[in-house]
Parts: sequence; C-alpha cells; structure tokens
Amino acid sequence: MNSILEVRGVTKRFGGLVAVSDVSFSLAEGEILGLIGPNGAGKTTLFNIVNGVYKADQGTITFSGRDITGHSPDKVVHLGVARTHQIVKPLNDLTLLDNVTVGACFGREYLDLKAARAAAAEVLQQVGLGNRAHMMARSLTIAGKKRLEVARALAAQPKLLLLDEVLAGLNPTEIALMIELVRKIRDSGVSVFMIEHLMQAIMSLSDRIVVLNLGRKLAEGRPDEVVHNPDVVEAYLGFPDIVDKLTRTD
Amino acid sequence: MSGILASMIDGLLVGSVYGLAAMGLSLIWGVMNVINLTHGAMIALGMFGMYLLFGLVTTNAYLLLLPVIAAGLVLGIVVYWMAVHWVIGRSELMSLLSTFAVNMMVIGIGTTLFSTSPYNVNFSLPGITIGAYTFTGNHIAAAVSAVVIALALQLFLYRTRPGKAIRAVADNREAAELMGISSTAVLTIAFGIGIALATASGALVSTMFPFTILSGGAYELKSFVVTVLAGLGKPAGALLAGVLLGLLEGALTPFIAVSWIPLIEFGLFVVVLVALPHGIFGRATA
Amino acid sequence: MILRRPFFWLVLLASALFVFIPLRSNNVLLREDLILVAVAIILASNLNLMIGYTGYVNFGNIIFFGLGGYVGLYLATVRGWNLMLAAVVAGVAVSLFALLFGLAILRLRGAYFALATIGVLEAVQAFVSNFNPWGRATGMYVSFSAYQPLGGAMRALWITYYLIIAVMALSLILSLAIKNSKFGLGLFAIREDEDAAVVLGVNATVYKAIIYSVSAFLPAIAGTLMFYKNGMIDPSIAFELTLSIEAIVMLMLGGQGTVMGAALGGGLYETLRSYLLTSPKLSSFHLVIAGGLLLLVVLFAPGGLIGWLYRLAPRARKVIE
Repeated sequence: MNSILEVRGVTKRFGGLVAVSDVSFSLAEGEILGLIGPNGAGKTTLFNIVNGVYKADQGTITFSGRDITGHSPDKVVHLGVARTHQIVKPLNDLTLLDNVTVGACFGREYLDLKAARAAAAEVLQQVGLGNRAHMMARSLTIAGKKRLEVARALAAQPKLLLLDEVLAGLNPTEIALMIELVRKIRDSGVSVFMIEHLMQAIMSLSDRIVVLNLGRKLAEGRPDEVVHNPDVVEAYLGFPDIVDKLTRTD
Repeated sequence: MSGILASMIDGLLVGSVYGLAAMGLSLIWGVMNVINLTHGAMIALGMFGMYLLFGLVTTNAYLLLLPVIAAGLVLGIVVYWMAVHWVIGRSELMSLLSTFAVNMMVIGIGTTLFSTSPYNVNFSLPGITIGAYTFTGNHIAAAVSAVVIALALQLFLYRTRPGKAIRAVADNREAAELMGISSTAVLTIAFGIGIALATASGALVSTMFPFTILSGGAYELKSFVVTVLAGLGKPAGALLAGVLLGLLEGALTPFIAVSWIPLIEFGLFVVVLVALPHGIFGRATA
Repeated sequence: MILRRPFFWLVLLASALFVFIPLRSNNVLLREDLILVAVAIILASNLNLMIGYTGYVNFGNIIFFGLGGYVGLYLATVRGWNLMLAAVVAGVAVSLFALLFGLAILRLRGAYFALATIGVLEAVQAFVSNFNPWGRATGMYVSFSAYQPLGGAMRALWITYYLIIAVMALSLILSLAIKNSKFGLGLFAIREDEDAAVVLGVNATVYKAIIYSVSAFLPAIAGTLMFYKNGMIDPSIAFELTLSIEAIVMLMLGGQGTVMGAALGGGLYETLRSYLLTSPKLSSFHLVIAGGLLLLVVLFAPGGLIGWLYRLAPRARKVIE
C-alpha cells in the first residue's frame, strides 16, 4: 500500500515551548489513522502543521509524493487535504448550502458556482443535513455544526481528511451516527487522520494509532498493541499495571 | 545647549502629556477590547473644561485638574452606559462605530457651542532659563502633572482592590466573574478612568497651546501611535512611549514643516502595527 | 446570469428615471439634488464591497473619491485631456494605488485595519496639502474654458450628470454581480471567518487586495466628474473624514451587505443631510443627528432597514438584494 502522507522529523516551537518534537510517521492510502494523547500533547498543533496553518521549524510533510512543507492552507486544500476544527468554525450568516458550496468552490476541483451548489446539496444529503440546507448556520446545534464542518471538508473532494475531535460534545446517538459517517467516508476512498479522546470510538475506527505525549511520538501501531504499551498507559493513567488490573476478566 | 536639544527636551515634556492621553486609550483597549473613538472628543472636552473652570475660578490652573478629572470620570460612566456596554461582546466594528457615533455627537454639539474658533487658557507659570533657551513653566508643570497622575494610576491598579479587579478583568473576564468580580462594575469604572485620563490630558494641553473644538483629533492620532508603540493594553509603557514620541517630534520640528508630522506619525503607526504587533516593549506570547 | 435577476432591471429602471425626470422638465434644482443622491449611492455601494461583503471597515473610503478628483481634474484641466478619458485613467490610477497600498494594510485585522485607513486618509491629505503640482492647500480651479470641449458650462453640467448616473448604475450592477458570483462567496466566507475561509481554500490575501482595489475604481471616477462639475478641489473638501463616516452611516442605515441597502441608505441619508444643511438652525446639528442615527442603528438595528425587512418578510431576499 502507498503512503499518502509522510511526516518526517517535524518540530515546532512557540517561544520557549516545544509543542511538537521530532515526530515522524506515515499514513497509508485508504487507512484511518488515529491520533491520541493527553491534553497539550501537540495533536492539534500537528494538524495545523500538516494543513499549513503553522510552519514547522524542522522536518518535512509529503502528501501523495509531493512536498507540501510550508504551503499555505489554501494551497494544501487544492492539493487534496481538508480538515475540520476542534472548535467548530461555521460561517454563521450563510446558509448550510452556502457554507458547503464554499468548500466545493475552493477545494480540489475548484468548481464554478452552479456546479459547486449542486455538489454541495449532494454532500449535505450524505451527512444527513439535506433537509436543512437553507437554514442559517448559526441556528444549528453543536452536533449539526460538527456535521456541517465535515460536509464542508468533504465538499472539497479531499484525498485526505483531517478530523479534529469530531465527536467531542456529542451525545451517544450522535456519536454512533458520526462514527458511521467516518466509516462511509473511508469506504468512499478518502484516507482519514483523526484526533479523538473517546477511546472506544478511536479503538473501533482506527486501523492504526499514533500516540503523542508532550510533543513526542510515544507509540505507533495497531489499536490493541498501542493500548497495552506501558508508556502509553503511564502517560494517560500514571500507573502501567492498571491496564492489567482493568482489563483482567477474572 | 543646541537648539535641537532644547527642542527635544521640550518634546520630552509635551510627550508626557501624550503618554497620559494614551494611557486612557490603552486602559480601555486592554480591559474591554474596545477602541474608544470618543478619545479625541473627550480630550477636546478636557480642554474646554479647563477653559470654563478657569473662567469661573481664577486660580492655579493645575489645581483645576482635580475637578476636570472628576468630571471626566462621570462623563466616562455616562458614555459607557450610552454606547459601550451594549456592544461589548459583539464584533469590534460595532464598538468602533458606536464610539465614533458618540464622537460625532459630541463634536457636533461642541461646534454649535464653541464654533471652531481658537481658545486658550491665560495662565502662565514662570519658566526655567538655561543659557539661551527658556523652558516654558506651563510645559514643565504639565509634564509633572502628567507623571503624578500616571503614578497615581499605577498605585491604584496595583495597590488597591478595585485596581486589582480591573487588572483581573483585563486578563480574563470570565475567570474574574467566577471569582465574584462584577465585570459590569469594573468595566464601567475602567471606562470612566480612561475618559478621565483623556480629559486630564486635554486640560493639560489647554495650558500649553491654543486649541479649538477640533484639536482633539491630532492628539487622538498621537494616542494611537503611542498605544501601539507601547503594546496594547499596557498603560505603564504608554507614558514612556509618549515621551519617546515627544522626543521624536522635538528632534524633527526644527527641520520639517508641522504639516508633515501627522504623515510621519501615521507611517510609524502602520509600520509598528505590521512589524511589531506587540509594541516595542512587548514580548510575543506562545 | 445577472439578466435573470429582477433587481438588475430595477436598477436600470431607477437609473432611467434619474435621467429622464429632471431632463423632461429641465429641472436644474432637482438635478442638483439627485446628483448628490447618486454620489451618495456610489460611495455607499462601493464601500459595501469592503464592509458588507468582506467585513473590513474602510473608515477612510473617501480617499478614493478625493484622489480620483485630483488625478482626473489634473488630467482634464491642466493637461487638457478629454473628460471621460481623464476619469477612467483616474479610476485606474487610484485602483492601482489602492492595490499596492492594500497589500500592506490588509494584513491588519478588524479595528487595526479601520484605524490604518483613517491614517492613510490623514496622511494623503497632509501630502496633497504640500504637493505643488496640485496646488498645495489652495487646490485647483477649473476655468470656464475647460468646459468648452463639452459645449459650454450649461451642457457640461448635464453631461456630467448623465455620466454620474451611469457610474451609479454600474456601481449597483457591480455589487449585484459580485454578490451572486463565486468571488463574492469567497468574500462572504472571509467576512464570516477569515481563518476558516483560508482553510477552505480561499486565497484571502489576493481576494482582499482585489476587492479593495475594485472598491476604489468607481468612486475615483465619480470624484473626477463631481469635482469637475463643481469647478474646484482642495485638500479639505476632497479628503473630509466626515464624508467618509457618513458613507458608513448610509450603509449601516440602509442595511450593509445588501445592494438595496446601500442605495436606500444613500438616498435617505443624503435627503436628510441636504435638508439639515440648508436649514439655518439645524446645520451644525447635522453631525449630531448623523451620530445619533449611527448609534441607534448600531445598538438596535445593525442590519439596517433592509435587514429589518428581511426579518419581516424572508421571501423578499430573492427580489430585493
């Protein structure tokens, strides 16, 4: 399998604080790669570096064989990387349809207005917001806004989708629906890189997981491997042998 | 002593008043993220306030600063409840427009009352002569007054409870509210103090130069330049930055026509905003 | 296509009325009133491109009008160029100035940008007051001979009137076209959340610079025409900050973000303003009333008259844009 995203030796400092330190990993085409770690581990910073919002101090980002290190976010979208935000950013005084049309107009395909509107209507249907297309974005609930974020990112027709805590703040029903949506997205051929705190969700969705702590990569591997890694457990819970105690079934 | 040095020393004195004015702007900006576009009009009101008081009570004009400051405080509270309180959470554009609206109304009423004729306050203190140059007594007294008021403000902000409450709200309004600080009360007082500083600086200017109802505008521009030089929301640095601006003006006025000064100050303003967003004293935070 | 939008035809109709009503009765007084209304609409609708569509408040917008006046008047009178050519060249020149300048100050967000635009205005005024070829603080006058190419002063006044109405129609049509285009959608995205817009693929730096430059073009042309008609220009009337602010009041009053809002606000405010300025008791009060209006709109009706209309009758959005 090809790797669609390669992150090599990425480091980012903010003044004296090292937010991300020498992080390297690859994301294979068609996989769902999870990114977990305690708060402040540098996960969103890493996302921001991949999609161009921050410039890495060191290291390279390669997407589909192309070096995108230091590219601005709008260039990165044109190449096929779209993202959602942890704290949703709806375009409040525009309708849902207009919101998603922006994604379609300025994404990878750079469609004209008419074609973009049609594509946007379809994407809204896919995420289940089709019947609210003409509502104002500000009138949605948090769950709706999260779906809108995903719809907007999908409308850009990305090859790689970065999802930043897309489940946070949702109730169990909404979570189940969103998990299913993520699976559908992957099944349609889009590779997914997702940050998540909800352990069950990330365990069941991800093909592989990368763990960050204090800016460094702590572990990488299949979900069941990573969850038994003592360093990972210590980072989250503090006591390595708790895992055994908690997962013993006798 | 050379002419340029004398000019710069005078600039230093006048600059302290620029700094005082800027402190008012910076305080309001820092505490409630509102850019007070009534600043120029309030400075003008301070000028006229001093003029009117001096017309009533012919005493040392610098003693009349106290009632001017008190009036400024009350005026600030009124303006806050008229135009600022309601737009605090909303976009910056709204507070820019609402404060500008008040500015227009004040200047409109002021022009009706005072027309655009020049006025001045006929009070002089004896100056200090060194060699061939005399430093105007009024300029010296104004500078001293500005420094005294600035020090009083610093004491208030750092040594009193209300002062600490203001700093808390400036730092993080929600957290301050959770600690039991009434942010509305704090914002009201902070705005009042900001305006009081503006009127005080206007009163000081009235003892130094002739003025019209429209004179506030030039000082408002200087206040903006000083505020961004010092870094937003840092009133302490504003006094120092004001002195620096005064020094710069003092160094330039012997050589260039007065009408170029606003151009240079604007240029400085834009350059600092684009290149040094945290001012010359600020540090970039993570 | 824009021809399908009902509002386009409304604009053409209104412009035709502006032209024919005073012409039929040779009503010079009405023409003088209407030309001021037309200029107000030109300023407000081009300002709308920055404030209403992109969310950047150009406090110093009058600078385009004033500079256009200076450049165009200089070319038409001192250099003897054809008026229309001078106006168009002034428009292009001022747009270029705006483009270069915009690239520098558009990096500033929100309030800082607004303040920087006031600063540019003050700075340009100071510069022009000292600029010899443009008459320094005295400014420039149009001698009667300059009106000869247009057939004398009387005819010239009518011709400049038609040209201004044409610029007004163009301004409204331009606003309409941008609003319904992909470029316009990008601008709206920038207005709502610039960072999100960039992440969605909008090249905000380029878009902002383009719209700032575009918003300068027609006001600059209008500047040439108006100052030519008035016969004189000087720094204090060309770069009056109050006029700049009044353009903002007009836009807010009518309803920023909508084409009709700019037109309505411009028309209503200019009528009010003319009334105030000619009434002996109220003339210095005009600033107070303008300020009061602005305050009321900001506090109670930030969407202006058209915003209020949209809330009452949401279907109106399709027709009244």
